[in-house]
Amino acid sequence: MSLAELDAVDRHLINRLQEGLPLVARPYAAVAEALGISEGDLLYRLERLREDGVLSRFGPMYHAERLGGGLTLAALAVPEPDFERVVEAVNAFPEVAHNYRREHALNMWFVLATETPVRITEVIAAIEAATGLPVYNMPKEEEFHVRLHLPV
Amino acid sequence: MSVSTCRSSRDAVRAPEVPGLEERALDAHDRAIVLATQAGLPLVPDPWGAVGREVGLDGEEVLARLRAMQARGVIRRVAAVPNHYRLGYVANGMTVWDVDDAEVERLGREVAAIAGVSHCYRRPRHLPHWPYNLFAMLHGRSREEVERQAEALRERLGAACRDHRILYSSRILKKTGLRLSRRTPSA
Repeated sequence: MSLAELDAVDRHLINRLQEGLPLVARPYAAVAEALGISEGDLLYRLERLREDGVLSRFGPMYHAERLGGGLTLAALAVPEPDFERVVEAVNAFPEVAHNYRREHALNMWFVLATETPVRITEVIAAIEAATGLPVYNMPKEEEFHVRLHLPV
Repeated sequence: MSVSTCRSSRDAVRAPEVPGLEERALDAHDRAIVLATQAGLPLVPDPWGAVGREVGLDGEEVLARLRAMQARGVIRRVAAVPNHYRLGYVANGMTVWDVDDAEVERLGREVAAIAGVSHCYRRPRHLPHWPYNLFAMLHGRSREEVERQAEALRERLGAACRDHRILYSSRILKKTGLRLSRRTPSA
């Protein structure tokens, strides 16, 4: 499904559900009513958007530190010939929640989410051992804003 | 690699605003709900009941616990996370700024309020390779749009900012979101 194939209802639905699902009984029916569609239509559209990858995920967004866990952003400077090998090695860690290639000498940037803060240090050491590369650890020291909203 | 931060890296992984232990703790039922929903919420008319069947609670109890977790900030919200690229946001720039330490807290707050900024954090420098201490994620339909947004940030930061970069993402290598493992935490 390409962007052009999203109809007006899909777009409203994506925008509305980025704001959040209300925590009420029959939440999809509540959103469907606000959008003027049936609950069944909404569920069908949402399933399709998720399966097609227009939505990466749909569900509760947990705050890692408040779950008692650790969270950090880390980067590697990966030599180009080794890039695919290092992608595989890094992604194999279940603690790697996101990983992006970026255009810089530090060309791999990933988020680690762990069950305990101390586990961050262990995973970083394990990634250094698995890749043979130093990990640049950049934990947040202060959060000014977190609110991803991409209107369509 | 030198780390020019005044905190040890062990302290820095803890959020400064973490609430007290009592508030933070998840009991076994909360934890079961987290495990059952971290891959996503069921797309059925009664998702709370569906989660409840998986964890051995009734739907009302699941809903009440999710509300309580949202009230304590354990859940930011229950929402759709779009794939930026698929929605036409093909230019995703992580902008990084070398900002005077004495000014970064005030300016971080101001910059975070500028349109287009989705996430904004202060992070440690890694001198000499990495002098940047303020990160702001920008999303646009083109690099020109991201560059316009970045220009607005640069103007706001003014003389307190010595240098900056825009690191565009060129490929998603993994995007699974936060996952707890099925094992019991050892701590």
